[in-house]
Amino acid sequence: MSADLPDTLRGAVDVGGDVSNVTPARLLIGRTGTAYRTSTQLQLRADHAFAKDALNATFSLDESPMKELVKRFDLFEVTSEAASREEYLARPDKGRRLEAGVAETLRENCLSGVDLQVVIGDGLSPLAVSSQVPSLLGPLLDHAATRGWSVGRPFVVRNCRVGVMNDIGEALDAQNVVLLIGERPGLATAESLSAYLAHRPRTGDTDAQRNLVSNIHPAGVAAEDAVWRILGLVDAFVIQGRSGFMVKESARPTSLSEASGR
Amino acid sequence: MKRSVTLRGETFHFADLRELMARANEPKAGDRLAGIAANSERERVAAKMALAEVPLSGFLDEPLLEDDVTGLIVDSLDREEFEKLRSLTVGELRELVLSSNFAAEWQRGVRDALTPEIVAATARIMSARDLISAAAPLRSVTRCRNTMGERGVLGVRIQPNHPTDDIAGVVLSALDGLMFGCGDAVIGVNPAGDAIENVVALEHALQDLIGAVGAPAQSCVLAHFTTQLAALERGAPVDLLFQSIGGTEATNVGFGVTLQGLAEGREAVLASHATRDGFIGDNVMYFETGQGTALSVDGHGGIDQLTCEARAYGVARAFDPFLVNSVVGFIGPEYLADATEIIRAGLEDHFMGKLLGLPMGIDICYTNHVEANQDTTDQLLVLLATAGCNFVMGVPGSDDVMLNYQSTSYHDAAGVRELVGARPAPEFAAWLEQTGIFADGQLAEGSANGPESLQAFAESVKELGR
Repeated sequence: MSADLPDTLRGAVDVGGDVSNVTPARLLIGRTGTAYRTSTQLQLRADHAFAKDALNATFSLDESPMKELVKRFDLFEVTSEAASREEYLARPDKGRRLEAGVAETLRENCLSGVDLQVVIGDGLSPLAVSSQVPSLLGPLLDHAATRGWSVGRPFVVRNCRVGVMNDIGEALDAQNVVLLIGERPGLATAESLSAYLAHRPRTGDTDAQRNLVSNIHPAGVAAEDAVWRILGLVDAFVIQGRSGFMVKESARPTSLSEASGR
Repeated sequence: MKRSVTLRGETFHFADLRELMARANEPKAGDRLAGIAANSERERVAAKMALAEVPLSGFLDEPLLEDDVTGLIVDSLDREEFEKLRSLTVGELRELVLSSNFAAEWQRGVRDALTPEIVAATARIMSARDLISAAAPLRSVTRCRNTMGERGVLGVRIQPNHPTDDIAGVVLSALDGLMFGCGDAVIGVNPAGDAIENVVALEHALQDLIGAVGAPAQSCVLAHFTTQLAALERGAPVDLLFQSIGGTEATNVGFGVTLQGLAEGREAVLASHATRDGFIGDNVMYFETGQGTALSVDGHGGIDQLTCEARAYGVARAFDPFLVNSVVGFIGPEYLADATEIIRAGLEDHFMGKLLGLPMGIDICYTNHVEANQDTTDQLLVLLATAGCNFVMGVPGSDDVMLNYQSTSYHDAAGVRELVGARPAPEFAAWLEQTGIFADGQLAEGSANGPESLQAFAESVKELGR
């Protein structure tokens, strides 16, 4: 019936009632007047309640799935200057600094000057870390080793903000730092992870010197695709001798249908 | 300048204008985080009293910061108009702004005599209703492929974001928004990936959609402006050039932005428009801002977040933008702690932008780590619609599935237009009637009501194309 429509419209009409095949967004959900249907209204409230809970979720290195990572990669944990979740939310400056003495701990436990240092931060969704990192960390470190890069011992930073990468760069002088950090929880998913990347991060660096692969979760960027995008960006850092907004990714993110076909 | 105020026997001293401004600000988490907020409610009021007596000339005599943004603000000031106002105090300016016939004086030239710092000072001695009543008569009309900002017009940006930039998902989301009468401000997608190929693909997809349905609307892919310009060089259709900006040079450095770069980008987009059809004006920039951004990149220079925000508008004003919006609850509780602070900031930002002559919209929003909820956005939406806000966001079901925050929805936008009797941009409104999305200026009964509506809309567009 839609055969003689322009391509753009035909595609959309053919998707029809199967919105979830192409997007997690709440589309074609109907209305009463200009208001939501009652089911929509209550579903939004439920999703908000779960997102609020995800903020204060936690993971332990002594329990699955993190304890398997400890076993395989000798993962250990340190903390930022933020001493509690409350302080973490109110004082982002503290979340951006390693706690006093941690720099020494890192130098004692990790190799300095490696090509790739991977760090795991709880960020605003500890749930994202325990959900996504187990399927991401192994492939990332394996492929890095295959490329002939020296790879540092990974570790966890609790109450972590992105800016902590600067202190880590200062402490370990890694050529490239990748921070896997829980994004703030959303309604559609509270388990979305981001990878922030920086070449030789130092005190005073900002997001202008960093690159980002975001939305890493099953309904977003698949772990395997995230690994390739991270590796591609680090390749570009090495070639260009810098990171940040001047370094552009060379491929577009994989679409949902492509990702699910693998 | 008066540096101290005695209030019921207690004397408060303020070291300089920068400290006085910060202490006089309404409560904001970001000012507390920066360590510059008032130490008590008494001190806050004392600072407001002292500030109300500062003459406008005082703001030129004592720049809060020496940087290229200050340079731009000073250079763009209409000196002749300013001379007429220089001896007014901030308190007297508040009364002028709220007086009955101010809009005409503003239109005639007063808006060019006001600096961001003066506007930011005035806002902090105004109540919420002051901010609404003062903003409402001030209209900033801009043109790109349609006309935004006329009295009675409330525009809506369709924000069809997708966690992997899946084209089919983005297009379907945009179509859903169109069926609610949204999209006159812009169909603007925030890309999940900043790769040039990705931005090129999205620019073409949105333009194909606009072409297929025949809507007089503009598209935008909100990547870093350098990425959009790289896409333009590869032949991508760029209607609006987007960039996040801040109110200090240091903030803009943090965003990878220079004033020179923005000026060159604007010229490149204008040149490309000259080779394409459908443009009725030369407002081609789209800027986003938000209280707290300067502090978030450690670029505030000791200036409070309301003043930094106003200075960002000073930057925006220099580039004749089509749209400017403050993303008011986006960056978290360390800058705006809760519903009270978000609502106040939204009203302040809208007022300040309008007084400076900007086509001001607001992304009324909150994240899940702030003490706010959908009632907060509902409340601010109604307030801003009565304040004559140029545009708001339309996000499907209020849930941005890529940026992970909640804004106003397609439903909300359609609902508040009905509530306050606002219309879409005139060219766009005519198109909505043609396609049957609107009937007699209202959302038609059969529109935006599930998959069947989409089929009907597509058939209607096909008929129009014949």
